[in-house]
Amino acid sequence: MANPSDRLYTKSHEWVQLAGGEATVGITQYAQEQLGDIVFVELPAAGKQVTAGGVLGNIESVKAVSEFLAPVGGEVIAANGELEGHPELVNQDPYGKGWLVRLKAAGAPAGLMDAAAYEKFLAEESH
Amino acid sequence: MTGTTLKRTPLYECHVEAKARIVPFAGFEMPIQYVGVLEEHRAVRTSVGLFDVSHMGEIDVVGRRALNLVQYVTCNDASKLTPGRAQYSGLMTPRGTFVDDLLVHKIADDRYLLVVNASNADKDYAYLCAQAAGFDGVDVHNRSDDYAQIAVQGPRALEVLQKLTPANLAEIKYYRFVEGTVDGVPAIIARTGYTGEDGFEVYVAPVDAPAIWRKLLEAGREFEIMPVGLGARDTLRFEACMALYGNDIDDTTTPFEAGLDWIVKVEKEGFLGRETLVRQKAAGIKRKLVGFEIKGRGIARHGYPIWSGGSEVGIVTSGTHAPTLGKPLGLGYVPIELSGPGSQLEIEIREQKIAAQVVETPFYRRAR
Repeated sequence: MANPSDRLYTKSHEWVQLAGGEATVGITQYAQEQLGDIVFVELPAAGKQVTAGGVLGNIESVKAVSEFLAPVGGEVIAANGELEGHPELVNQDPYGKGWLVRLKAAGAPAGLMDAAAYEKFLAEESH
Repeated sequence: MTGTTLKRTPLYECHVEAKARIVPFAGFEMPIQYVGVLEEHRAVRTSVGLFDVSHMGEIDVVGRRALNLVQYVTCNDASKLTPGRAQYSGLMTPRGTFVDDLLVHKIADDRYLLVVNASNADKDYAYLCAQAAGFDGVDVHNRSDDYAQIAVQGPRALEVLQKLTPANLAEIKYYRFVEGTVDGVPAIIARTGYTGEDGFEVYVAPVDAPAIWRKLLEAGREFEIMPVGLGARDTLRFEACMALYGNDIDDTTTPFEAGLDWIVKVEKEGFLGRETLVRQKAAGIKRKLVGFEIKGRGIARHGYPIWSGGSEVGIVTSGTHAPTLGKPLGLGYVPIELSGPGSQLEIEIREQKIAAQVVETPFYRRAR
C-alpha cells in the first residue's frame, strides 16, 4: 500500500494530516504490519496536552504493547471511538477508518517527512 | 545472545519462502508469524496448523542406569513409563524449583529421550552431565542438532498426518508415541502438543524435514492448513494454561506454586528438591499461579505488578488478549489467600490499576 502524499510522517511511524489548525494522527501501514493483529488501543482523553514527540497512547497487539507518539504538539480534541469495539480497523485501514487522535495543533510541524522521504527512510531502515 | 551467531532450523528456507516474519528466539532465527497471529491461532483451534519446533532441545539419557538418573533429576515418576509412553515433568534444582520443564519419552529400558526448551537446552545438558557423574552406567547426549521437530496440531491433525504415515495414528493415545515412518523416513510420532488441541509432534532427521513440511502443507490443503509461528504458539498455549518456562515457571518457582501438583511424586525416593517439596506439601504453599480476567480496559503483560487492598501482592507472568475467548486474560502469582476463583485483584498497567478477577483455569479446554 502506498503511503498517501496528503500527509506527513514521523521516524516512529506515525502520520499526521493537517487541516485548518487541526491535526489528525494515525500509524502507518508499515507500523501496523510490524505490530501484527491489534486487539486494543488506549487513547488519550480530550483536553490532554501533549508536546511533539510525547506519548499519545498505546497500541496493544496480541504480541506486545507499543506507544504511539504525537507528531505535533497540541491539545487532544477527539479520539477515534470506533476503535473501542474495532481495534482491527488500525490494521485494515491505517490511513482512513483506523485514525487514532485529532489534535488542535500548537505551532507548525517540524522535522517530519513527506511520503517520498518516508518511503526512502523505510527503505534505508530495512537494510 | 550477543556475539553468538543465530542458528537456523532445517526448515528456515521454507519459512522464508512462505514470507514469514523471522525473529531471534532462544538463539534461533524463528518464524513469529506467517499471515497473522489471530488467523493462525484460529486455524489450529478449528482445523489444523503446522509448527516448526525444531529449536526444541533433545537429550538422550542412555545406559543401564538411565532410569536412575532420570528419576533423580525429575519430580515425576518415570518408573511408571513403559516403552512408547511420554510424561510431562520438571527438571529440578536441589531447592525443588524448575531448571526446566520437559517431556520424558521412554524409548527402551536403557534409553530415555528428554525434550526440553530451546532456551534451556545447553543449560539442561550441562546440568544432566554434572548429575550423571554420580552414576555409573549412564551417558547423556545432546541430540538437539540430530532432530527436526514438526508439530501438527488441531482437530484435523490426525487426518493430515495419516496421509503421510502407515502408522495407525488413531491407536496412539495421548502422551504415547511410536517409532515409525513419515513420508517413508524414520520418525518418532508422539501424540503430544503445546496448544490445547489434539495433535502430534513428529521427530525426524533434519535432512528429511523440508520435504515432510511441504508434504504436510499439501496434505492439509483440503483443511486449509496453515503454518503457525511462535506468536500463535504462545497464545494457544496461554489459553490452555500450559506453562511457559521463563514466564510462568523458572528456578524460583516450585511445581506446587505453579499448580503442577500432578507432576510431583513426593513418595518417590531420593530426587533433587524432594525435601523442599515434601516440606512445602505439608506446610502448604504461600503463593500460587492463578488465571485472571481483566474486568476493566487493558491488557496485562509479563512483569506487571498485581495489587490487592492497596499493597503490591504479586506479579503477572503471562497475559494477552485471548483470541478464542475474545477477552484479556492473564496468569500470575498471588498469595494463596487470594488464589480462589472470584478473588478481586488489580493489575498495574502503565501506572493505572485495572480491576481483575481470579477465574478457573485452564481458560480454554477443547471439547472431546
